[in-house]
Amino acid sequence: MKKKSVKWWTYHVLVGGFAILMLYPFIWLLMSSFKESSTIFVTAKSLIPDPWIWTNFVEGWKGIGGNSFGVFIKNTVILVALTLVGQVVSSTLVAYGFARLQFRGKAFWFAIMMVTLMLPGEVVMIPQYIIFAKLEWLNSLKPLVIPAYFGTPFFIFLIVQFIRTIPRELDEAAIIDGCNTFNIFYKIILPLIKPALATAAIFSFYWTWDALLGPVLYLNSPAKYTVSMALNMFLSNETVSNWGAMFAMSVVTLVPVFVIFFLFQRYIVEGMSTSGLKG
Amino acid sequence: MSSPVVRENVQGEVYVPSAKARKRALKQDLTGYAFISPFVIGFFAFTLIPIIMSLYLSFTNYNLFAPPKWIGLENYKKMFTADPRYWQSLKVTLIYVFAGVPLRLGFALLIAMMLNTASRAVGFYRSLFYLPSLIGGSVAVAIMWRNIFGDEGIVNIALSFLGIPGVRWFGDPTAAIWMLIFLSVWQFGSSMLIFLAGLKSIPKSYYEAASVDGANAWQKFIKITLPMLSPVILFNTVMQTIAAFMTFVPAFIISKGTGGPMDGTLLYSLYLYLQGFEFFNMGYANAMAWIMLIIVGILTAIIFASSKLWVHYEADGGK
Repeated sequence: MKKKSVKWWTYHVLVGGFAILMLYPFIWLLMSSFKESSTIFVTAKSLIPDPWIWTNFVEGWKGIGGNSFGVFIKNTVILVALTLVGQVVSSTLVAYGFARLQFRGKAFWFAIMMVTLMLPGEVVMIPQYIIFAKLEWLNSLKPLVIPAYFGTPFFIFLIVQFIRTIPRELDEAAIIDGCNTFNIFYKIILPLIKPALATAAIFSFYWTWDALLGPVLYLNSPAKYTVSMALNMFLSNETVSNWGAMFAMSVVTLVPVFVIFFLFQRYIVEGMSTSGLKG
Repeated sequence: MSSPVVRENVQGEVYVPSAKARKRALKQDLTGYAFISPFVIGFFAFTLIPIIMSLYLSFTNYNLFAPPKWIGLENYKKMFTADPRYWQSLKVTLIYVFAGVPLRLGFALLIAMMLNTASRAVGFYRSLFYLPSLIGGSVAVAIMWRNIFGDEGIVNIALSFLGIPGVRWFGDPTAAIWMLIFLSVWQFGSSMLIFLAGLKSIPKSYYEAASVDGANAWQKFIKITLPMLSPVILFNTVMQTIAAFMTFVPAFIISKGTGGPMDGTLLYSLYLYLQGFEFFNMGYANAMAWIMLIIVGILTAIIFASSKLWVHYEADGGK
């Protein structure tokens, strides 16, 4: 009995210790955001702030160029909401078509979809920019949001995999009951694939919330900036060495990310384990 | 694709469908394409047309304001013969990929094996280890990373505790790339999850049989775990290599958009971005994108070709 307990302790000290080591940068960031800017690096050896101060958050919240950080958060929330709805709805429709319907050319388009999934975005980045510039979509949300309504290969694949686990007998029973294709999708499949939709929605949130390259290319006026761009601006203005404010706002942008992770970790971890492709 | 008149049934017999059956097939096709139409339209608008444009522009001199001017292979020639920064970015990226991906996967496998126990705490640890990889692409994390590697940052403090002199991460171009590699290794979580799922699917009876035969832990790892896991390792290697080649945000933030010090963190994507959107050499940047596509394609092909030697598929089709 005693031997087992020694083993148990060794395991948890080892694994738990490693987990703390991994998460230490986050803890350090959080603690530093409560320290006086000028003392952050001088006192980096001691984790706990002395004294605890809130002024970094007040200072950081003032934002940049007359736009408070609240404006950047609002912009990002709008972008995330529009993108998330588009990606999940369009990907679900496409996934149902690939997973359940029979039509000529299906294998071809599925292969195209898988190739698109692996295609480096750099190849299409510049031509897309040129097209959006010609359409006069620059400095608006359109180039970031509209493509989201045309299916996202990663989510299509994830949902296809999930639909394939649902027994076809359910569809067949529904056909006998006189359901048409859309009704089968809407009444049978949709309620059953909620976990996959939740996973897709969560990842959509993460990728859009964190995105930097797209917003940097397409949003020019500070009033339209997202949180990622605002943090990037803080960094560019770093000469004033207002570390505290930058750290405080970094913490603010991580809060929703952590909250969603701890609320929905089941969906995230399961989704990644079964079909994990990115990250 | 079968021709519209002669079709095959499920048993593979060829038959000529009746008019009614043809009508039903047409309706099926229309329904199918209605559902996948968002993807098909989006593919033409946001992928295929841009790819064709990109290929054309790679043979031109184009700055977004004046019309593109055809210059043949000049961009490609310049890249390989007259642009030392290009070679630097390629070198840095290859170091990043070939050091980062194996380290990341090795770590992922090690931790996955440690977590592959019946302990109830595993779910909790699994989530903690996965967290960095979920948010690793964010600006906040890159800013954090930038600061823990500062001259007085916690990494150098930790090194000094171990008696190792501090490293000037932002002064030395060969040290700087390691900041990015460590950041990538730190985000081993998603590979770990896939490995963990793979480990759980290995039948326990294999290990029990090996124990009966007197195999030790190392022999079990080499003879059972690695072969059984090899399809998952292949999948992870391919996906992580492609992803690593496209890394942008950490290099952009950590070097403040310059690729410094002395181009030490000038990853391929970052240099491509600078050429396209800072210097407005859009033709040149597109040529870079095509070479990147070719390199990624070759790397993937090599990994797949080599997989015949080391990937073990089960007789029943396996994974």
